[in-house]
Amino acid sequence: MKTGAPVAEGQQATPTAEPAKTNGRTRFVQRLWVVREIGIAAALGLLVLVTAIDSPGFLSAPSIRDVLLGASILVILAVGQTVVIVSRNIDLSVGSVLGLVAFATGKLFLAAPGTPIVLAILAGIGLGAVCGAINGALVATARVPALVITLGMLYVYRGVDHLWAKGQQINAADMPAGFLSMGTSTLLGVPVLAFIALAVVLVAGMYLHSYRSGRELYAIGSEPNAARLSGIPVGRRVFGAFVVCGGMAGLAGALYAARFGTIDATVGTGLELEVVAAAVVGGVAIFGGSGSVYGAALGALLLTTIGTSLAVLRIDPFWQQAVVGGLILAAIGLDRLLALRVANRLKGRSSHGA
Amino acid sequence: MASDATPLLEVRDVTKSFGAVAAVRGVSFGLFGGEAHALVGENGAGKSTIVKMLAGVHQPDTGAIVIDGTAVSLGGPAEAQAAGIAVIYQEPTLFPDLSVAENIFMGRQPRGRFGRIDHAAMKTATERLFDRLGVRIDPDRPARGLSIADQQLVEIAKALSTDARILVMDEPTAALSGVEVERLFAVARTLCAQGAAVLFISHRFDEVFSLCQRVTVMRDGAWVSTDPVADLTVDTLVRYMVGRDVSALFPKEDVEPGDVVLEVDGLSRHGVFERVGFSVRHGEIVALAGLVGAGRSEVVRAVFGIDRYDEGEVRVNGERLSNGSPRAAMAAGLALVPEDRRQQGLVMELSIERNATLTRLGKLTRLGVLTGRGERSAAGDWADRLRVKYGRLSDAVSTLSGGNQQKVVLAKWLATAPTVLIVDEPTRGIDVGTKAEVHRLLSGLAAQGVAIVMVSSELPEVLGMADRVLVMHEGRITAELGRDAATEEAVMLAATGQEAAA
Repeated sequence: MKTGAPVAEGQQATPTAEPAKTNGRTRFVQRLWVVREIGIAAALGLLVLVTAIDSPGFLSAPSIRDVLLGASILVILAVGQTVVIVSRNIDLSVGSVLGLVAFATGKLFLAAPGTPIVLAILAGIGLGAVCGAINGALVATARVPALVITLGMLYVYRGVDHLWAKGQQINAADMPAGFLSMGTSTLLGVPVLAFIALAVVLVAGMYLHSYRSGRELYAIGSEPNAARLSGIPVGRRVFGAFVVCGGMAGLAGALYAARFGTIDATVGTGLELEVVAAAVVGGVAIFGGSGSVYGAALGALLLTTIGTSLAVLRIDPFWQQAVVGGLILAAIGLDRLLALRVANRLKGRSSHGA
Repeated sequence: MASDATPLLEVRDVTKSFGAVAAVRGVSFGLFGGEAHALVGENGAGKSTIVKMLAGVHQPDTGAIVIDGTAVSLGGPAEAQAAGIAVIYQEPTLFPDLSVAENIFMGRQPRGRFGRIDHAAMKTATERLFDRLGVRIDPDRPARGLSIADQQLVEIAKALSTDARILVMDEPTAALSGVEVERLFAVARTLCAQGAAVLFISHRFDEVFSLCQRVTVMRDGAWVSTDPVADLTVDTLVRYMVGRDVSALFPKEDVEPGDVVLEVDGLSRHGVFERVGFSVRHGEIVALAGLVGAGRSEVVRAVFGIDRYDEGEVRVNGERLSNGSPRAAMAAGLALVPEDRRQQGLVMELSIERNATLTRLGKLTRLGVLTGRGERSAAGDWADRLRVKYGRLSDAVSTLSGGNQQKVVLAKWLATAPTVLIVDEPTRGIDVGTKAEVHRLLSGLAAQGVAIVMVSSELPEVLGMADRVLVMHEGRITAELGRDAATEEAVMLAATGQEAAA
C-alpha cells in the first residue's frame, strides 16, 4: 500500500486513503493514553464538584490543605510502587518499610536530638533503600515472583519493627519542633509535604520517560524475554527499581514521623494495598509495561479525596471501602476497554499489502 | 573470499546439547567480510541453535566462536551486540506496550542534554531507517497489533540501527512480500559492500541463490557442506539437506480410506488464515505442510475450538461443530496433540500418570472421586503400549526426555479413543529413534480407522506419512497434493508461494 506496489491492493480495502487514516488513528491512539490520565482527573473533579455543591466548605483552603497533606505520603509511596510495577513486579512490603523507617527516625532523634532535619530524612531514605535492596536482591536472584518475596518481607520488616520497638511508643515530644512543623507547615498556603510529593512525582516522571534505564523498566515489564534478548541487564534494572521503591517508602516513613509525631510498631499496617490500589486506579497496568507516575499520583489523590468527601457527604464510612473497590474494578474495566479499542483501531493496519 | 583470508567470524567445531538431545554437533564454518552466507537445513537441523550461540543466548558446550581471529565468549546478548553481531530472530521479540521507535532503539536511544532521551531525534532516526527499507510504519504507534510482517520489518530496522559488522538473519523473509524482500536484500547487499558479513537463514532457495555467495548445509545438528552458490543447484542442495531415503524412514501402511469424518469448509480467521477447506476420511493421514508462520497451527487450533474462527464451519460425521468449544470437539471424538508440549500439552510438574489421564478424569472417577488405582493402571497400560521409557509412573513428566514426553501427550489423547486425531509437529525436538516409533504409532492408528491430521514442518515426515498433503502459504492452502504428486520440490514451491504466482 504505502509502497505503491500492486501487491498493495490485496487485503486493504482502501489503499489510497491509508496514509491519512494512519495518522488519524495514531492520534486517536495517543489521545486514548492521555485520556487515561485525564479520566482520573475528571473523576477527581466530579467528586470534588459533587462534594462542594453539597457542602461548600469542602473547597475552603484548610480543607484542601488537609486533603493534600493526607495524599502526599500516599503519592510518594505510589510513585515508588509504579517504578516497580511497570517492570512486572510488585512490592508489598512498603507499608512495613514505612513503619520501620518512621520508628527509626524517631529513635534517631531520641538518640541524637541535634540531628539536622535533612540528614534525618536522608537516613530514612537510606534505610528504606536498604530494605528495597534486600527485596530487589531476592527477587533478582531467586526465581520466585516478587509477590511472594515481598509478602514475606512484609512480615519480616514488621517483625523487626516490633522486636526493636518492644511496645515502645515515640511521641511528638521526643522529636525536634522544626522536624514536626515541617510535617504540617505550608508554603504559599500549600503544605510542604505536598511540594515534596510533587517534586518526587516530577523527578520520577522524567526519569521513567526520558532516561534509558527508565524506559528499560517498561521494556522489561512489557516482554521480559525480549528484554533479555535485547541485552538489557534485567536483574540489575529490577534490583534498581526495588531500591527506588524502598527509598520512596523510606522517605514516606520519615515524613510520616514528621506529620503525625506519634509512632509505634504498627504504623503503616495495611498501607501497601492502598498504594497498589492507587497505582492501579491511576492506570498502571498490574502486569507491567504501561502506566505513569502521574496517573498513580492522581490515583492516590483520588483515593484520599474519596475518604474525605464521603465523610463530608455524611456517607457511612463503611461505604468508603466499597467505593474504593468499585473504583479499582472500574479502572481495570476501563483499561481493558481502552486496550480493546486500541487493538481494533490498529487491527489490519499494515505496511504490507498482501 | 579467498580461503587464506581471516574470516570476520568463524564458528569453530561447536557443539551444544539440551539434555540428552544434541542440537548441534561439531559444526564449523566461516563468514568473510563482504559475504552473504546462507545457512540451510531442514527444520530442527540446528540452525536456530547456531543463531542463538551467535546472539549470546546459548554458549557452546565445546568449540568456539572466533571473531577477527580471536576466540570470544559471548556471555549474553549485550556482549554479542558489543562484539558487533546483530540478530534478527525468527520470531519477533518486540515490546508490545512501547512505541515502534523505542522498540528499535531500546538501550541505545539517542541522548540529548543531561543524558535525557531525545525523543524527536529517535523518531527521525526511525523514519530514516524505514525509508531505507522502503516501508511506512508510524514510529509513534505501539508495537502491539503490528502484523507479523511489520513486526519483522521493525526487527530488521532494529538490527540495521546497530551498524553491526555481522548481521544474522533467521528466516527474516517468511512473512514479507516480494517488494519488501527486494528492499531488504538491497540493504543487505549495501552492508556487504561496506565490508559487513551477513548470515542468512532461509527456506526459500531462490532467495538463497539471489543473495548469497556461499551456502552451508546442516542436517540433524551436524555440518554437511559449505560450497559457493555457483557450484550448486536446487537439486543438490535439497539432496544435501535431506540426505537420506525418505520412504524407508517413514513407513505408512496402505489403508483403504473410509467415509469422510472431518470436513472443514471455508474456515477464516481474519488476518491469520483465509477460506481454508479440506476433508479427512477414516484411515487417512492428511498432512498440513508449509513454512513456520503459514497459519497451520492456527487452523488446527480453530478446528479443535481453542481459537474462534470468523467464518466457515467444521463438521464431524456431518454434524456441525460449535465454534470455539474444545469440549464439544472432544465430545465429537476429536483430539489435538499441540505443538508446544511443554506449555500446552503437559503439566510439567505433575506425574506421568496424572498427565496421561487428565483428558478422561470423568471416566476414572467413582462417585466423583478419582481413584489412584484406576489412574495408575490406565496410565501404565498406555505407557507400555507406547513404549514410554520411565522410572516410575509417579515421576514428574519434566524428568522425561522430549520424545517420551511427547508419547505421554499422545497417550493422554489416545486414551480418549478419538476418531479424529490432530497432531501438531508430532516429532519436533525428539530423536530419530523415537521419531520412528511415533510414526509407527500414527500409521497403526490410521490402520485402525482413525482419521489423522498432521501438521509438520519436516518434509520427509510429510512425504513419508501422508496420504494427501495440503500446503499452506501465508494463511491459504496453495496446493493439495496426492501421495504420488507430493515431492520435495512440489511442496517447497507451494510452501514458498511460488506455484501460486505461476
